Order: sequence, then C-alpha cells, then structure tokens
Amino acid sequence: MSDARDRILERLRANRPHSVPTPAAYAKSLGWDREQRIAHFSERMQAVRGEVHRVARSDWVTWINNELPARGMRRALIGRSGIAEHFAARATQDFELLRYDRPIEDWKDTLFDAVDFALTGTLAGLAESGSLVLWPDETEPRLMSLVPPLHVALLDAERLFENFADLIANDDWASGMPTNALLISGPSKTADIEQTLAYGIHGPKQLITLILE
Amino acid sequence: MKANPDQVEAFHQRIDEALHNDQLRRNFRSALTGIMARRAEQFPDDSQLQALREQARAVRAHALVRQPELLEQLEAKLTGNGIQVHWAEDTGQANAIIHGILEAAGARTVVKGKSMVSEETGLNHYLEERGVEVIESDLGEYIIQLAHEPPSHIVAPAIHKNRREVAELFREFHPDIPYTEDIDELTQTARAILRTRFAKADAGISGVNFAVAETGTLCLVENEGNGRLSTTAPRLHIAITGVEKVVERLSDVPPLLEILTKSATGQPITTYFNMISRPRQRGELDGPEAVHLVLLDNGRSRIRVDEELLDTLRCIRCGACINHCPVYVQLGGHAYGTVYPGPIGIALEPQRIGLDKVGTLTSACTLCGACGEVCPVKIPLPKLINRLRAEAVNEQRTSTPLSGRGSLRKPGEAAAWRLWQQIYGHPRLYRLFTLAATRLRGLTPPRLGAWTRYRSAPKPARRTLRELAHREGFPNE
Repeated sequence: MSDARDRILERLRANRPHSVPTPAAYAKSLGWDREQRIAHFSERMQAVRGEVHRVARSDWVTWINNELPARGMRRALIGRSGIAEHFAARATQDFELLRYDRPIEDWKDTLFDAVDFALTGTLAGLAESGSLVLWPDETEPRLMSLVPPLHVALLDAERLFENFADLIANDDWASGMPTNALLISGPSKTADIEQTLAYGIHGPKQLITLILE
Repeated sequence: MKANPDQVEAFHQRIDEALHNDQLRRNFRSALTGIMARRAEQFPDDSQLQALREQARAVRAHALVRQPELLEQLEAKLTGNGIQVHWAEDTGQANAIIHGILEAAGARTVVKGKSMVSEETGLNHYLEERGVEVIESDLGEYIIQLAHEPPSHIVAPAIHKNRREVAELFREFHPDIPYTEDIDELTQTARAILRTRFAKADAGISGVNFAVAETGTLCLVENEGNGRLSTTAPRLHIAITGVEKVVERLSDVPPLLEILTKSATGQPITTYFNMISRPRQRGELDGPEAVHLVLLDNGRSRIRVDEELLDTLRCIRCGACINHCPVYVQLGGHAYGTVYPGPIGIALEPQRIGLDKVGTLTSACTLCGACGEVCPVKIPLPKLINRLRAEAVNEQRTSTPLSGRGSLRKPGEAAAWRLWQQIYGHPRLYRLFTLAATRLRGLTPPRLGAWTRYRSAPKPARRTLRELAHREGFPNE
C-alpha cells in the first residue's frame, strides 16, 4: 500500500496550512513538598476506591503478611524482580507463590483464573492525579498489574512527582520509551450503564498502594 | 451535484422517532446532566482552564501544520521500534489491510477495544462477513453489539440504554446467568463473560488517542482495562487511527491527556493510560509478538484545503460538545444517522461524506454556542456549522473545498433572501416595505405551515419602529 502512503502524504503537503508558533513547553509547578504530595496522591487514589498505606521501607512484607491472608488473598503472583525475591524470602506459609517466569501462552488459564493478587513495584507516582507509573519488563510483565483481582503496588515516597509533565521532563522519557509504559489511577472501573460508576470490570477490582518511607 | 432528496426527509423522520421515544429522552437527559456537572467540577478555576485549553489548542494546531513530516517521523520511529505501519486512503483499504494481517496470522477471533475509527470503516461487519469472530470488550460497546446497534455517543456508546434494557439483553443472550438489574452485578456478569474471551482471542484491535512522532508511541486512554487486555493478552495487536491523531513530542501528551479526561467524563485522569512503543521484546513474557498501526485518511487530508475548516481536525474526541448540545440531549445520537453525532458530527461528517449526503445535519443546531465554549481544543464549532450551512446553499457548486456544495440550495428560498437583501439594503425600499407591512397587517396569513403548529403567527406592529421613534422624539439619524 505504498501508493496510498505517497498519495496521502502528497495531499497533506499540497494543502499546507499557514504555520503557527511551536507551543511553549507545558509545565506547571504546584510547589508541593513531600507531605503534600503524599496527601494529594492518597486523596485522589482513595477517591476512586484505591487503598493507600504508608509503611516503613523495611516493613512492607510484614504489612502484607498481616493483612492479606485475613482477606482471603493467598495465591500471590510475583515476578523475578528484587521485590519478588524479598517477598519470597519473608512471606509466611499462608501464601502460595506463583512466579511469572515463563511466557504467558504457557499458562494463560492459570493466570486468568487462579491468582488472588499480584505484587509489583512502580517506577514512580504522580501526586496531582493519584497515579502509579509502571514500566513493566521481563521481571515484572505487563499482565501482572491487569489480570489478577487485586494489585498490590509498592511506591517509593521519594519517587512521588507532582504530575506527569514533571516526571517526563525529570526522567527524560523522550530519550527512550520502553515497550509499554502505564499510568494506573485506581482499580478498573466503568460507567457505561446509566453513567453509574461500577468498579472491577476487566482489570483489578482492588488496588492497594504501599508508600514506602 | 444535487442533494440526495431523501436526506432531509429521512433526517426529519429519525428526529420524529427520537422525539416520540420518551424512554430514550429520559435516558439521555439523566445521563448528560450528570456528565456536565462532573466536567464543571474539574475546572473550578476558569483562568487555569483557559490556559490549558490554549495549550491543547496550540499543540494540536501545530501538529496539523507539520502533519506530513510528523507522520513520516512517526512511521520511521514505529518501524524502528518494530511496529509495522500501514496507510489506507479509504475505509475499504483499511478493512482489507486489517483482514489481510489477521488472515496471514491465522487469527479467527478478535477482541476489540473501543475505536470510533473502526466504526467509521465498518470493520466489525467486514470481518464478520469473512468469518472472523469479533467481540467488543468495552462494556458499552459490548452492550450495543448484543443489541446490533451503532454507538449513540462517541465516549459512552450505550448511553441510550437504561439498566433494565441492559438486563433484558443479558437475559436474552446469557439465559443461564440469573437476571439482575443491579448495575454492579451486571458489570460483574460482563466481566465473567468477557474474561474467557480475552484469554482465548487470537488478536486484539484497538484505536489510538495520541500517536507520538518523537518516540513512536501509541497512547490509549481508558477506564475498564479492556483496552490494555486487547493490546496485551493476544499474540497480535492491530491499532487503527486517523492520520490527524499524530502529535509531535512526548511532552505534548500531559496537557492533552489532562484536558481530554476532564472534558470527556469529568475525571482528573482515567484509570489507565497505556503507552505502547514496541511489540514483545526478547526475554519479555507477555505482550503481542507483532504490533501493526493502520493510518486512515478517509477524507481527512481534503479538509486541509480550507484554513477555517482545518480546525475541525484538532478534535481529540472527548465528546464534551455532544454532552452540552441542547439538540443532542433531545434527539440522542442515532437520529443523526452518522458515525459521529452532535456538534462535532455536524461539523465533520458533511466534510467527510459530502453536503449532498448529510448537509441537512447542519440544521440540527440552535447556534447557542455551548459546544464552542467547552471544546478543549477551542474548535469554533458554531462558526464551522454556520459556514457549512452557508456552503450547503452556496450559489457556486464547485466541489472545492466541499463536496456537495450548493446542493441544498432551493430557488424559492434563494429568491426570498435576495429580495430581503434588496429591501434591507435600500432605505427607501425599506421604508416603503415597512409602511406597507404595518398598514396591511390585517392581511398576514394566520397559518404558516410548521411554524404555526406550536406558535402563533407573527403579525407586524401597527406602526413602524421608525414612526414610534419619531413620536418619542428621537433624532432622525
């Protein structure tokens, strides 16, 4: 279809509008300090039924050990990251660990049906919109944050930015994007029936963020 | 070119049906009232809103000027990233390309994320005729697929259905699942039905909200997770989008994303923002092994001929103009009979399809200006609609810049306006006319067709305004 390509580009070039100025770079600094960022992030996340807990950096496994078995969450999907190893070494006997260590095609049914929750890290957080930022990779694949009914995400308090524009500029995303980058702002939801909000449609029904300090 | 004589009559018939459907009108009224309130809540500070609109407008306007270069850059970047790029001049080509990719991959079942461009091409129908099973996975799209209806809104496709109607559809197609009218339970039912589909589909098809030339990145905005599933779980992902969706830089994305979600549904951000730059890489354990992008023109490049009409292409498909339209809220989306309804549909569709085919849509507007005020990229919709109205009855019938130009022109109407112009352009004639009208007011007809069905007939005053002013002692000039 290269003919189509050439004809389309030719038409676009033939009908060139008057040039307009290049828009100024978009930045809005709200000047929030660390506590304000955490407060805004938590408020936004909770407004869409996301759960947020502040835990000591050394203590997050304890929180999971204490909290999740009581909620019936036992079959844990972990990856091959440092977080996964840390959890595997300290998780109690209450958990059954499933490792995402082979291509999805080999175990799709198990992933879709037999996992209670997935544990992942995050690249960063965005305070203004209450978003987690993930760059899934081979140690924490893309479907971990999507298929299980509960997603537990660890967020480093030092990596909580004011907003998306801030993060893109600070980390220089333009110099190289990963296979997949994600903003996740709460559990999956829909308002397609009567514009009434309902949670847990196709992705996780619950999202727990543990802010590590 | 002469207008399709049926277009006016057919449109009036659809309007008539919509206006007599009380349930439909209640559904729209209640849904849209909520959306408008939620949008307003997101913009408490008008100066911040105006600054954000200006930024979004500037980004989109700049991208349109540089569109050919940006598309080439996008193609080069995507290709370098391992995503295959296809170009389609019209809907037939786009459908054939997609079917060809599916066939080559041996894909028989497809899960789809929401895509208005695929509605434009009639993709589902095309693929189904060729034996491919297509499942819409967005809840709203799934509902209307069961009902065999087109979307009635570009963001909320099943907005015309209430919970009882959805429950009836689920009962009809899934009689084994207990009947419920509870929205949470209906949502869980849909989750269960569609989950097995995601796990088993051979391919996923999606739209694109922004395509970033700088990095070769396809951005998708959604709440449900069906878009992420469609683009991650199957081995093959095909994205389709209009050529106007390209933006230059990654840093253009945050303001567009913010104003899109706030304008569309009154959310500060959607649950998921999905940025795809590559197929699955060596060592990665999920994601599609092949990713394709189909770039569709379908009349868009022609719209660039005219600087004023070009503004139409800035649209980011948020639907705010539709939500705030006093005509749309009464009629609903199906009455328009086009893929895109509401103000953006009235502006876009006659340009895309031709004034001779759908030019009568321009009459479904009160020129109240609400759409222009809420548009996040400042498209002057009322001005565009007015322009298209004028073009539809233009004396010249050249097809530049619009196909079907002048096709709605009626000799009688044109003569009446010419007469009006003569009278109002010549003071003596005007005085004579107003004198005659006031003195012979008894002769005006009591019935004036459709106008007097619900209104009383207009009657000239006893004295002209000029005479009254004179009597009050206003100076003559």
